[in-house]
Amino acid sequence: MAAHLSYGRVNLNILREAARKELREFLDKCAGSKAIVWDEYLTGPFGLIAQYSLLKEHEVEKMFTLKSGRLPSADVKNIIFFVRPRLELMDIIAENVFSEDKMHSPRDFHILFVPRRSMLCEQRLKEQGVLASFINIDEYILDLIPYDGDLLSMEYESAFRECYLENDQTSLYHTAKGLMTLQALYGTIPQIYGKGECARHVANMMLRMKREFAGSQNQILPVFDTLLLLDRNVDLLTPLATQLTYEGLIDEIYGITNGYVKLPPEKFAQKKQGEASKDLPTEPKKLQLNSAEELYAEIRDKNFNAVGAALSKKAKIISAAFEERHNAKTVGEIKQFVSQLPHMQAARSSLANHTSIAELIKDITTSEAFFDNLTVEQEFMTGVDTDKVNTYIEDCVAQKDPLIKILRLVSMQSVCNNGLKQKVLDYYKREILQTYGYEHILTLNNLEKAGLLKLQSSSRNNYPTIRKTLKLWMEDANEQNPNDISYVYSGYAPLSVRLTQVLARPGWRSIEEVLKMLPGPHFEERQQLPAGLHKKRQQGENRTTLVFFLGGVSYAEIAALRFLSQMEDSGMEYIIATTKLLNGTTWIKSLMDRPESQSS
Amino acid sequence: MAFITANWNPLGEAFYRKTELYEMCWNLRDGLRDCLVAAAPYGGPIALLREPVRRSPSSRPQLEIYSASGVAIASFPWKSGPVVQLGWTVSDELLCIQEDGSVLIYDLFGSFKRHFSMGQEVMQSQVLEAKVFHSPYGTGVAIVTASSRFTLATNIDDLKLRRLPEVPGNTWSAGEPTCWVVLTQDRQTKVLMSNGPELYILDTTSCTAVVPPGLGPQAGSIVHMSVSFSYKYLALFTDTGHMWTGSSHLQVNTKKTTPPKQMVWCRRPKSQQPSVVLMWDRLLMVAGVTLTPDPRFPLEDPCVLIGELDGVRIISSANQELLQEVPLVCQEIFKIASMAPGALLLEAHREYQAASFGKCFLTDFSPEAFVSTCRELRVLNAVRERGVGLPLTHTQLVYRQFYPLAIEVCRYLKIPDYQGVSRVLKHWASCKVQQKDLSDEAIARAVCVKVGDSPGVSYSHIAAKAYECGRPELAIKLLDFEARSGEQVPLLLKMKRSQLALSKAVESGDTDLVYTVVTYLKSEMNRGDFFMTLRNQPVALSLYRQFCKLQEQETLKDLYNQDDDHQELANYYVTASYREKRLESRLSLLQTAVDEYNKAKNEFSAKATEEEMRLLRFQRKLDDEKGAGLLGLSLQATMEALLALGLHKQAEQLYRDFRVPDKRFWWLKLKSLAEKEEWEELEKFSKSKKSPIGYLAFVEVCMKSNNKPEAKKYVSKVTPEQRVKAHLAVGDLEGAADAAIERKSDSELAAVLARCPASDRQLLDRLNRAAAAAAKK
Repeated sequence: MAAHLSYGRVNLNILREAARKELREFLDKCAGSKAIVWDEYLTGPFGLIAQYSLLKEHEVEKMFTLKSGRLPSADVKNIIFFVRPRLELMDIIAENVFSEDKMHSPRDFHILFVPRRSMLCEQRLKEQGVLASFINIDEYILDLIPYDGDLLSMEYESAFRECYLENDQTSLYHTAKGLMTLQALYGTIPQIYGKGECARHVANMMLRMKREFAGSQNQILPVFDTLLLLDRNVDLLTPLATQLTYEGLIDEIYGITNGYVKLPPEKFAQKKQGEASKDLPTEPKKLQLNSAEELYAEIRDKNFNAVGAALSKKAKIISAAFEERHNAKTVGEIKQFVSQLPHMQAARSSLANHTSIAELIKDITTSEAFFDNLTVEQEFMTGVDTDKVNTYIEDCVAQKDPLIKILRLVSMQSVCNNGLKQKVLDYYKREILQTYGYEHILTLNNLEKAGLLKLQSSSRNNYPTIRKTLKLWMEDANEQNPNDISYVYSGYAPLSVRLTQVLARPGWRSIEEVLKMLPGPHFEERQQLPAGLHKKRQQGENRTTLVFFLGGVSYAEIAALRFLSQMEDSGMEYIIATTKLLNGTTWIKSLMDRPESQSS
Repeated sequence: MAFITANWNPLGEAFYRKTELYEMCWNLRDGLRDCLVAAAPYGGPIALLREPVRRSPSSRPQLEIYSASGVAIASFPWKSGPVVQLGWTVSDELLCIQEDGSVLIYDLFGSFKRHFSMGQEVMQSQVLEAKVFHSPYGTGVAIVTASSRFTLATNIDDLKLRRLPEVPGNTWSAGEPTCWVVLTQDRQTKVLMSNGPELYILDTTSCTAVVPPGLGPQAGSIVHMSVSFSYKYLALFTDTGHMWTGSSHLQVNTKKTTPPKQMVWCRRPKSQQPSVVLMWDRLLMVAGVTLTPDPRFPLEDPCVLIGELDGVRIISSANQELLQEVPLVCQEIFKIASMAPGALLLEAHREYQAASFGKCFLTDFSPEAFVSTCRELRVLNAVRERGVGLPLTHTQLVYRQFYPLAIEVCRYLKIPDYQGVSRVLKHWASCKVQQKDLSDEAIARAVCVKVGDSPGVSYSHIAAKAYECGRPELAIKLLDFEARSGEQVPLLLKMKRSQLALSKAVESGDTDLVYTVVTYLKSEMNRGDFFMTLRNQPVALSLYRQFCKLQEQETLKDLYNQDDDHQELANYYVTASYREKRLESRLSLLQTAVDEYNKAKNEFSAKATEEEMRLLRFQRKLDDEKGAGLLGLSLQATMEALLALGLHKQAEQLYRDFRVPDKRFWWLKLKSLAEKEEWEELEKFSKSKKSPIGYLAFVEVCMKSNNKPEAKKYVSKVTPEQRVKAHLAVGDLEGAADAAIERKSDSELAAVLARCPASDRQLLDRLNRAAAAAAKK
């Protein structure tokens, strides 16, 4: 089911198993048949931990979505609410409990808070007069969810917004707790590096928590050598750029949520011979995307321009494999062929799916609009005319292109110019307000607060220095056979990943000047290991670094880190963790304020 | 050793033995006569209250506490009301249940801890009888009043009184129960009571009559009952001298018609047979399956029976004995002519003194059990030492304040520190803080030195104890040692050190904890102080703002006001304006926002908001005049709508008033005219002045409306740079080729080539030649 989690350098299935065990234990606490009432947001992440079959084994007979009013009838002994600790959800739960018909169906109520119980919420339930109705109030500590063999995410959507707009560090507390859980399972991480205010805060909390548990020493041999904590606001540029890896483009165009993508169904219609494709499916095609699928693991991180070649190569291999049947003469040979058949058929359908997806994407990437947009992005990243009003952006506004696209571009220009001149900034803002509506003044204020839009201060633009020192732009990026991480954006090397790369070799001391230009402190901490747990490294054995992106990470950045792991001479393997998997669009969206939606 | 079986008494399949544990150290003048006696289980201490019923005010009864070996621990005159029953809790606290239903709790050393009442109605009708019982939830108390009503509390540490329903009217004249016991079963506590021949089970909601199987009416009325240590077995004694123990064949005729003074189950886990010990004035009898010959023991002194997990303790004024079933393994060793391995081994040991070496030859036998058994035996021996007096587990040891011994035991038994030594230290520290003769300073130092940073010892727990004993200063000192700031918060709140609690909560990073303190402060303080407190804690303040955003919009405004945060105030008013349905209120909120933006020196936002207000007024005016339905549209959408309605003048007015950039307005007008297919208007517009968006846009927009002839009109006006594109857009390959060749641009040539059909050889050649020439340069 989740075997792909254990293929990597670090067996992340241990984490998943620990989470499953805890879930089973909680379910068994509520003896008898049960129904789960879900906070809808949680179903996606939970799907990565446990399928319905596990719940069923523990007598979960019904599942409902949490909504106000009366609970649907179900002949079960227990009703369990799985919820995030949010006040508005408590009010709904209270309503549910109140409208329960107490005479006819005495059902036991329980609450499972994910990822942590909250006194504030319990207080709310008490005020509503229902707290005593609950037999079990528990917490299910699900901070870091394994998404793939080398990827963990908290799927905490509002983390960036909370940290940088609202000065609410709840997500960082959960991060620190999650890292403590991780260390309990995989050993103390001896070295911690970080860059940024949030990174500093998380590291401080981790060290404090370690002191608090001073008595119980962790006796597990450390799996991770290093932890690198990176604030998203150290590198605001990367997520704004359009990702050009296969997986990145799927996310940019269709959006990947909890490891699934929904695609337009037309290209996936089963075409039978001689039959007109008259009834096309109308439901979107839902596909799961992870490294359990061999082909996907192979192509996900490639630059999209190299995907076509990879697919046709694969097609040849598969058809050759099918041709083998003609060579099978003896019974033994035929038997062997047949035994491989399921695997080959799976490979063939996987190939068909990805060929369809690649066609869909190609239609977009070859369009003029996509090309123009990319050209402007690349101009900004290379520092061409970043201090003037950009004609392309003007035209896009005039054409009423999606607002988020405009915000992405303007933010990018601002970041690449270390802020915009008052005149330019005000011009863009006026254009946006007049075209898309004055209510977006709140969103613009938010972007300014987060540093995405900025007024150029008197100090000079230091982006070119950063770009040159860190080699953020590589003229001759090789998309087919990359030799540098810049292939993921066809020329632009993500700043965050460059920082990671430099840290491994030759070390941050070589870029002190640049680090000072980037926001927030950079630091190094060491955690003492108990005697006897110091790793004796084999000659040539790779070190393992956990890179934690506070505020989100894009698929292209993940691809770049995977590329570094695979580089023969890097000597380092990376596991990636984040508060949220994001792209420029979802990121900007999380920073927008829509007052009109509050009125409804 | 030969006489080891001398005191074994057979009963059915099993043997019973009575061994002396102690000669009692105490010196009781009148023996146990006229005393209330209670002994704690697991070899626990004994409490005595002499002459509890004498009520002359001049002579107070004496309450005495002894260890199991009779060493005096405490003694004091009883000054409170008449006591009905004594009992011990699971943590060795003494419960004294008074006639008026109040229960006084003392610790092992006789100091008063607290008291509680069994209810108002009990106070009036008085307690007739009371029982103390134990369950997985702790220690409970059950009482029956003179008016035959039962009240029980399952756990005295979490007091919830339950009054049981009345027993329905019956033929029995007195109505009061003859005898009763408390049962705990399936997480429920029930009372089993007899009323003559009838038997009832009472729980919180119902009273059910039960008939024990096989106990016919000829057996008579039930006059005594007993439930086993584990609550699994029940024994009933009737006035005809019959004893019933569960099933019909266990009905035994004791041939005694007087009810026994005490009846106690005597069995051990994995017992071979259940049996009951009955005590009369001068006789002790063990009754089991078969009656003959039942072991009987004469008694000289009045005794008290204490049921234990694995036997019965018999306490008299002179000594203490343990009556128990002989374990099967012992039987096998010592039974006459036994050939069991143990017996052979013992024989061999006797013969050769070599048996203890024998275990060396048992290669498959793990020595661990042997070693740990020896270790435990040594510990049990050590604690049976008269001065200590018999406790069996190390918890019991700790509660008796033999700290050094307890720590030794923990270390000796290799109990992990956080389960063993730490718990002892915690208990020690909790007692230490109660020592009134020492200064806060001295105690804090002593605790810190001893406890240090032992894992699992919570300083906040110790501090809570200190606070309970009325030493807040000491509590604060101790809290300083607590590493987990989160743990300090609840106690600090309790002690009303709310500022400190807030900063500790912030320090912990746990935002939920911060919220908790904040909500607490909000209810405790007046608004001004509350805001001031938050102001000093920016993290708490922003969290509270978050809370207000969702829950209390008005408070949010006050917070911004207090901080003179004009920018946020302005944003607040903007947000609020969108919630308003009426335009006037909306405008006035926006005006306030403008003022605030101005105060915040955010000139741009102030102006933009003024613009918004102007637009709203304009929209309403037009809506009123023309019913245009503009209100709420963006400026761009408004102009678009106006153009669509043919209200060009008004659109132009907005364009000028709002200083809309030419480019955007041109695009807008171009598209609008094309959409309405007003081609003449469009041409006029194109000539009105030089197009700020160039003329390729005109070509493309016309093509989008599928009007090639109109599109062609503008091709010639397109700048040379875009001319190839324009020609291609209208599908004029020749023209595109000419332009591309003229410009000698390879990319443009390539673009034309790509569109050129293979059939047009002539054009292809021309382009290829030009491309080759361009490449050469």
